[in-house]
Amino acid sequence: MRWINILLGLAVAGILGFYGIRELLADPVYFLELFLGGLVRGSIYALIALGYTMVYGIIQLINFAHGEIYMIGAMTALIVASVLGLWGWHSAVIAILAVVFAVVYSCAYGFTVEKIAYKPLRTAPRLSALISAIGMSLFLQNYVMLAQTPEFQPFESLIPDFAFWEPYAHIITSVELAIIITTVVVMILLGMLIKFTKIGKAMRATAQDKIMSSLVGINVNNVISTTFVVGSATAAIGGVLIACHVGQINFFIGFLAGLKAFIAAVLGGIGSVPGAVLGSLVLGISESFFTGYFWSEYEDVFAFTILVIILIFRPSGILGKHETQKV
Amino acid sequence: MVTKKEIKQSVVIAFWFMLLTFPIMVIKVNTIKNEVIFRWQALFWTGVGTFFASLIWNYFLRLKESKKRADIKDDVPTVHRLLNTPQFRTPFLLAVGVFFLAYPFVFPMYHTSIMISALVYVMLGLGLNIVVGLAGLLDLGYVAFYAVGAYAYALLNLHFGISFWVVLPIAAVLGAICGTLLGYPVLRLRGDYLAIVTLGFGEIIRIVLENWSEFSKGPRGIPDIPPPGLFGIELGQHATVIYIYFIVIALVLTTIFFVNRLENSRIGRAWIALRDDEIACQAMGIDKFKTKLTAFALGATWASLGGVVFAAKTSYINPMSFTIWESITILCVVVIGGMGSAIGVIAGALVLILLPEYLRAVAEYRMLVFGALQVIVMVFRPDGLIKSVRKTYKFERAEK
Amino acid sequence: MEPVLNVKNLTMNFGGLKALDDVNISVEKGQIAALIGPNGAGKTTFFNCITGIYDPTKGYVEITPPGKRPERIKGLKPNHVTEKGMSRTFQNIRLFHGMTVLENVMIGRHCRLNSGILSAMLRPGSQREEEKKVVSDSYEILEKIGLEKYVNEMAVNLPYGAQRRLEIARALATNPFILLLDEPAAGMNPQETKDLDDLIIWLRDNEDLTILLIEHDMKLVMSLSDRIHVVDYGKKIAEGTPEEVKNNPDVIKAYLGDESDDA
Repeated sequence: MRWINILLGLAVAGILGFYGIRELLADPVYFLELFLGGLVRGSIYALIALGYTMVYGIIQLINFAHGEIYMIGAMTALIVASVLGLWGWHSAVIAILAVVFAVVYSCAYGFTVEKIAYKPLRTAPRLSALISAIGMSLFLQNYVMLAQTPEFQPFESLIPDFAFWEPYAHIITSVELAIIITTVVVMILLGMLIKFTKIGKAMRATAQDKIMSSLVGINVNNVISTTFVVGSATAAIGGVLIACHVGQINFFIGFLAGLKAFIAAVLGGIGSVPGAVLGSLVLGISESFFTGYFWSEYEDVFAFTILVIILIFRPSGILGKHETQKV
Repeated sequence: MVTKKEIKQSVVIAFWFMLLTFPIMVIKVNTIKNEVIFRWQALFWTGVGTFFASLIWNYFLRLKESKKRADIKDDVPTVHRLLNTPQFRTPFLLAVGVFFLAYPFVFPMYHTSIMISALVYVMLGLGLNIVVGLAGLLDLGYVAFYAVGAYAYALLNLHFGISFWVVLPIAAVLGAICGTLLGYPVLRLRGDYLAIVTLGFGEIIRIVLENWSEFSKGPRGIPDIPPPGLFGIELGQHATVIYIYFIVIALVLTTIFFVNRLENSRIGRAWIALRDDEIACQAMGIDKFKTKLTAFALGATWASLGGVVFAAKTSYINPMSFTIWESITILCVVVIGGMGSAIGVIAGALVLILLPEYLRAVAEYRMLVFGALQVIVMVFRPDGLIKSVRKTYKFERAEK
Repeated sequence: MEPVLNVKNLTMNFGGLKALDDVNISVEKGQIAALIGPNGAGKTTFFNCITGIYDPTKGYVEITPPGKRPERIKGLKPNHVTEKGMSRTFQNIRLFHGMTVLENVMIGRHCRLNSGILSAMLRPGSQREEEKKVVSDSYEILEKIGLEKYVNEMAVNLPYGAQRRLEIARALATNPFILLLDEPAAGMNPQETKDLDDLIIWLRDNEDLTILLIEHDMKLVMSLSDRIHVVDYGKKIAEGTPEEVKNNPDVIKAYLGDESDDA
């Protein structure tokens, strides 16, 4: 079975590689555009996927409402930017404040959602918590839709077009560049948080064994809350960035983005932080090539197909550890 | 009773929520017209609302905790107890029977039409209940099979002129085949992954229906789907609705009949065992995969039948009828009604579908309420409105 | 006597950890054998490996159904192992909590029946007969185990000792010729343990069963077992009659050291 999988993998890689090189030679600029477009897409997925993977690592729950947190981040930024814009503030101040508010509010929402919908269900069957999460997602979407508007709202980019970047803007715009840079910075910061700080150590310990961690004096509830907050913060940054990139948002953007990011997290190996980043980049880039060279209408179909294939052939993802069920 | 500490806590929570919901509840922006409206009264109502909500929430949470500590075993729901007393059972069933028989003749067509929708959801709910409630497989793409049935009727009729009654069994078989084909790769996955993958499949079906216009007529949909025929007799509009109503009633009764039999059969017990403990279930000699597949395929069969009825009733279908929200609504019916409990699912479908139809004022809050209900039911009443009750057996030797 | 269960060179690796290392155990027909060892020695892993819940890394597992030739069962799925006639209980009770006591036992009959979906929906005569028989068979098993008074209770509402017995009843319902008991006496009071002791002997004598059990209660093990196998750190370190094992210096060193005086 194993060597069949390997052979199959090699065959697929070979065909894709051949096709890719042919396209690269035929039109290198288009190829590069697609690649960078995929990188941007993947960066956004990565920012959202982190929240999924961290929460899953700690409480083994697919936080279905995570996409909504991302949407709320973007929405808050939109509201703050509009109000301040109307008051005639300086655009740089608006940009900073919008991001700060988006992050703070997303964190607060993430924290609150956990306390309401997941904490009481910590000992319940996994299915119950998942249904509760779906309910929360539904609630938040409709809450934003009813309180604001079901329509798409134009979102004026908070990131200006940098003058020095003009010559290269036809390949990658300033906003896209900002997305990639921000993502890299966030990833480095997060990596340091998990690796070197006390709370990061506590998170890793809790992910391994909740009971043992509480015995050695780690406050598990705090760790779980922190995980939600950190995940929400990165999702909010992703939300603001994508809103700048696409230029419009509504209450529903979190659903698909959340799903894609979840797929990316599974692809990379859910529970693993580097896995989430890798999975996001792989998904983003392959989606970009797929839509660029094949059918753009079937973009989402492609993502789900990848998910199914991954789950069947390598259920633990690219970097995930194979787990044995305890009996 | 409410203590001072709790009131204090609720005040804090109310302030927290006022702060939390401030940008979204109070400020309303319109970036097209570039205007901002402040709705300060929303702040007040949020505060008051969350204050009381928090008090009630805490009260019930405490109630649940104390129940758990006191180890009180919930007894049989009232409905079941009543249904098991013969003095009540016969008149009750009679009354229900008379009500549903007379319904289309007493109420105007509009109400009959709404009742048909609700009854279709009863069917769908009972079908999904096999998958989610009995076998414990969270299927978020149930609507895909509903679409299979609806499109099967619409397309077979459009191209070959095949009638409703012939399509019905074809659709059932088609549903079972689709369920098996989809189930085969995905049922090896762990529970929560299964949910996401089925959700993905549901969306894939919808996207394909939207984009593959040569096959499905795309987003424009398929109009003029004929209603079921009655030996070639031409029926007026009203008569057609009544006719469909009775077809649905018959289908619902058949569904209840079969589901009830399945629940207390060798296969049904295997489903529940699988839901309760996969490993022990396998160790007892049950083929996990085969058992899951039967549940999945059977659920798909019912969804497909529901789809045929839906197409016949609305006479027009397009991909927008088969979004993820449809799957979630059906899931709500099962979860809120009571997973695994047929009576619960029936009650759930009637309440969840009829109430928003009649309370038009709150209809736009429907999904909001569904979401909140899912969370609340899971936190406080994981068994749903009416929880399932297992069959009991009588033994003469036991009484000796 | 020929062995009904024959395990050779069984090895199980979890990543780098060798949970079982080259274990050989054979159990003869009609024996009550015990598998003992300190916590984490690999006893439950051994059960999981031979019942198909884990797929062992290496080794050879063979059972001999009465009147038949030996069959290899390594790598089979758990349900096939049970179908072949080896059934087990679980250390951490794994009853089906959404079902009644009777239904829990009826689940055990599953693999000995064959009514499918269509017959469940249409209920032909054969299905009704089968269903009637399942109910009465399961009730009989409950009577044997002494749980008939709980027949329509939900399984979760049973007292602890009764839950353990129900696990045995459920395993019996699969018609095994080998019964594996994983700590059947854990959490029981002395009276319940005494009853369990009688039950196990009764099962061996009246149901033609061969029994292999994991147990920490040394009194029970010593009084019950014909043969004892001792594992430590995934390796088998001793085997013999209770007397032999009690006096084996390796065993005393590894495990019995402080308990040997009260055993």
